[in-house]
Order: sequence, then structure tokens, then C-alpha cells
Amino acid sequence: MGIEILGLPLMYYIAMVAKVLVAFVFVLLTVAYATYAERKIIGHMQVRLGPMRTGWHGLLQPIADGVKLFFKEEIIPAQASTFAFLVAPLIALIPAFITFAVIPFGGIIEVAGYKIPLQIAAYYDTASGQVFDVNVGVLYILAMSSLGVYGIVLAGWASNSKYSLMGGLRASAQMISYELAAGLSIIAVFMLSGTLSLNKIVELQSGWGGFEWFIVKQPLAAFMFFVCSLAEINRTPFDLPEAETELVSGFCTEYSSMKYAMFFMAEYANMVTVCALTVTLFLGGWNGPLTAAMPILGPVYFIAKVYFLMFVCMWIRATLPRYRYDQLMHLGWKVFIPLALVNIVVTGIIGYFI
Amino acid sequence: MNPITPIINGMKITFKHMFMKPVTLQYPTERPKVAERYRGLHGLKVSHSKAKCVACYLCPTVCPAKCIRVEAGEDANHDKFASVYEIDMLRCIFCGYCVEACPVDALKMTGEFELANYKRSDFLYTKERLLEK
Repeated sequence: MGIEILGLPLMYYIAMVAKVLVAFVFVLLTVAYATYAERKIIGHMQVRLGPMRTGWHGLLQPIADGVKLFFKEEIIPAQASTFAFLVAPLIALIPAFITFAVIPFGGIIEVAGYKIPLQIAAYYDTASGQVFDVNVGVLYILAMSSLGVYGIVLAGWASNSKYSLMGGLRASAQMISYELAAGLSIIAVFMLSGTLSLNKIVELQSGWGGFEWFIVKQPLAAFMFFVCSLAEINRTPFDLPEAETELVSGFCTEYSSMKYAMFFMAEYANMVTVCALTVTLFLGGWNGPLTAAMPILGPVYFIAKVYFLMFVCMWIRATLPRYRYDQLMHLGWKVFIPLALVNIVVTGIIGYFI
Repeated sequence: MNPITPIINGMKITFKHMFMKPVTLQYPTERPKVAERYRGLHGLKVSHSKAKCVACYLCPTVCPAKCIRVEAGEDANHDKFASVYEIDMLRCIFCGYCVEACPVDALKMTGEFELANYKRSDFLYTKERLLEK
């Protein structure tokens, strides 16, 4: 099969670059238009219109926002720790994007006789006819999402401001407590699937028109994972690190211009990732009717499911007020972690007898 | 009460509201309907192509903000008329006492509410600017 580089065909590299570009651009666009969708949806839920002026029904609003933020003055506080201050937005942003590497967003498509699995970190082995992906994909995602907290803590510390530091501290406390609950709740899924590879998990959920989805077998785990993920990415009602009413703007109080925009991009990219992960683990990933006949439908179902969950995130934001700090800790440590442990034990007992 | 029910109820309410007609008024393109008795910019009423005002000084007397300045003059028919009639819109509190006090019904308040200007001096509305069109 033509030219080979390091034992892999050239097509492998082309497909890889194409997949990376497509997924990255897609996530970026989704992030940009998630801000617009959020303002529009929350607007209508509050019987307002949302952005209406830039373009038809405000469709160019994300572009206007981006240009505005880009041309804003860059301010670095004199007392800030400059290097950490500059590097913090990047540390928040990069893990938010690279988690997408292991999420499968479609089945196998065939381009010019070469089979490409629609998952960035995966390749189709022609000899054995199998798809190989990162076999600890979920661990990778959990690791990357906990790296994101460093960006926020660093931003809070490096700003050398009370509000930022408070925001950073809250973020670290909150993320650590909810990471535990989120991690424990998905263990129940791995007990059923017996694998950590996201590709295999999606495969396991393919049959029976949606009844094989893990949300059917593990509704409690799905609910807990989604809520804990909201807390982990600092979405309302758990947006304590940037609680405007108490902390001005939390960890990003001292940030301006593009660095401020980076934190917001990270927040929304995290939202996309978390929704994509929930879809993959609980809502059958890219599975849907007729995917076997038309592989291109896989990404369509995947995107539809992810967008639905993002809508739910915005819906929650429009409905619920922010939790108080002690309520947040109570919910994390005294409700979700025990529930997740009980869920694991029950799953184990049922799994043993069936 | 369990903690889940109120959350679900709240979500139901927000979902219903999403399909309601927004109350937003697209202001510069859509205009608000001003109430009939709205107290906006003053207007000097005109009769027989001149202002009805007879310069009786009742409006500057009753004005709590002391924003009206009137000077009387005498016209060709030896009638008293207001040669100067100025209202300082920066001081005016739009109470409408001047309109109530006027014995000849020469003053009214219009629905005009966009009174912004670029210069302080522009807020001094002279007789020409106050005359009704």
C-alpha cells in the first residue's frame, strides 16, 4: 500500500491530520456559537430576545465579541507573577481541547480504499481488521480534565488579588471533591463494559435501538456523572469560582483581552467535552438508526446528542441559582460520593448474580 | 420535600417561557407607546399663529425647580406677550405644575422623552424650540 512511514501507510498520516483539523475546527466553531446559543436560549427563557443587532438575529455576535476582545488592552497587574499569569490561560485552554483526541465521533468510513475510524487517537489495522484506540481513553480524559484546574488555580494565585485567590481556592476545592464523585460514578459503567476504551464502550451500546445505552442500565450513574461534570467545569449552578456577586469575577478578575477570552473558550470547550463524554459513556455515542448503511450518519447523531446535552446545560443555567459553598461541599461529599459507592456495590452484586 | 421536585418544576417553567413572545422592545427601531398624559418635553400652544402665553409669570412662580424664565414684552396691539420664554431642562423635574397653573392654557406637556444633548447649553430650551409645531 504505497509509501510507508514508520511502518504505517501515508494515508494514515493524511487521515490523522484531517481528523485533527476537522475535530479542532468543529470544537472551536461550537465553542464560538455556544456562547451565542447560550445568550439566545437564556434570553428566550427569560422572555427576552438575546442578541439581535449584529447580523440576522445577532448571528454574527460571536465574531463581533471575538474581534472586540482581540483589540482590547492587555493589562498585566504590576504585582502579578508575570510568567504564571501569562501561562495560566493556556494551561486552562489546552487540556480542554486535547481531551477530544480519544472521543469517538463516528464509525469507520472508507476513503480511497483506506478505512478510517472517526476517532482521532485510533487507527484501523488492515491485517487484523480491528480498530485500535487508546485503551485507557477514559483515564486520559479524567487526567486531562483535572489538569484544567491548574490553569484556574494558577490564574488565581498569579493575579495577586484577593478575589482571584478566593476564586482559585474555591475552584481547586470544588474540582477535587467533584472529580471523586464523577470518577466513582463512571466506575459502575466500566464494571458493565469491562473496558476503558471509549471505542469499545460505544460498540457495546450499539444494539437494541437505544435500550443498550448505559443510561438505561445505570440511570443514577448517568445523572451523577452529568451533575458532577457540571461542577467540575464550573458551570452554573456550581460556578462558585467566578461568583460575580461575591468575587467580582473570581479567578479571571485581573484578566483582560484575549487571555480573558481564553478562559471562556476553555469553559465552553470543557462543556463540549463533558457533553461528548456523557454521550459516549451513557447515550450510546454515535450510535443511531441506519449507521451501518450510512457511516456518515454517525457524526450527525453524535453532534445531535452533544448539542442536546449542551442545551440541557444552558437550560439548567437559566433555571437554577448558584449553590452556597457549604451546600456545594455537602452535595459533593455527603450525597454524591456515598451514592456513587452504593451504586458500585449494587452493580457488583447484581453483576455477580446475573 | 425532596430536593429534586423543585428543580424539575423550575426546569418546566423555564422551558415553557422559552416559547412565549419576548417582551423586548427593539427601541430605536420600535417605539414605545407613550401614555396620553405622559409628562415629557413642554410645548407652548399656538393660537392665531402666535403663542397663547400672556407672560403672567404664574409658571415661574409655581415652578418648584425654578427652571422657567419669562420676560414680558408689548406687541403692536399693546398686548402683553412673552418676549423670552426659556426652560432649563437640566433643572426641570417634569412635575407639570406649570401646566396646571397656566390661566390661559398656553402650556402643555408632550410625549417627547428623548431629551439628550451633546452640550450643556443645548438643554436651555428657548421659546422657538418650545413652540408646538
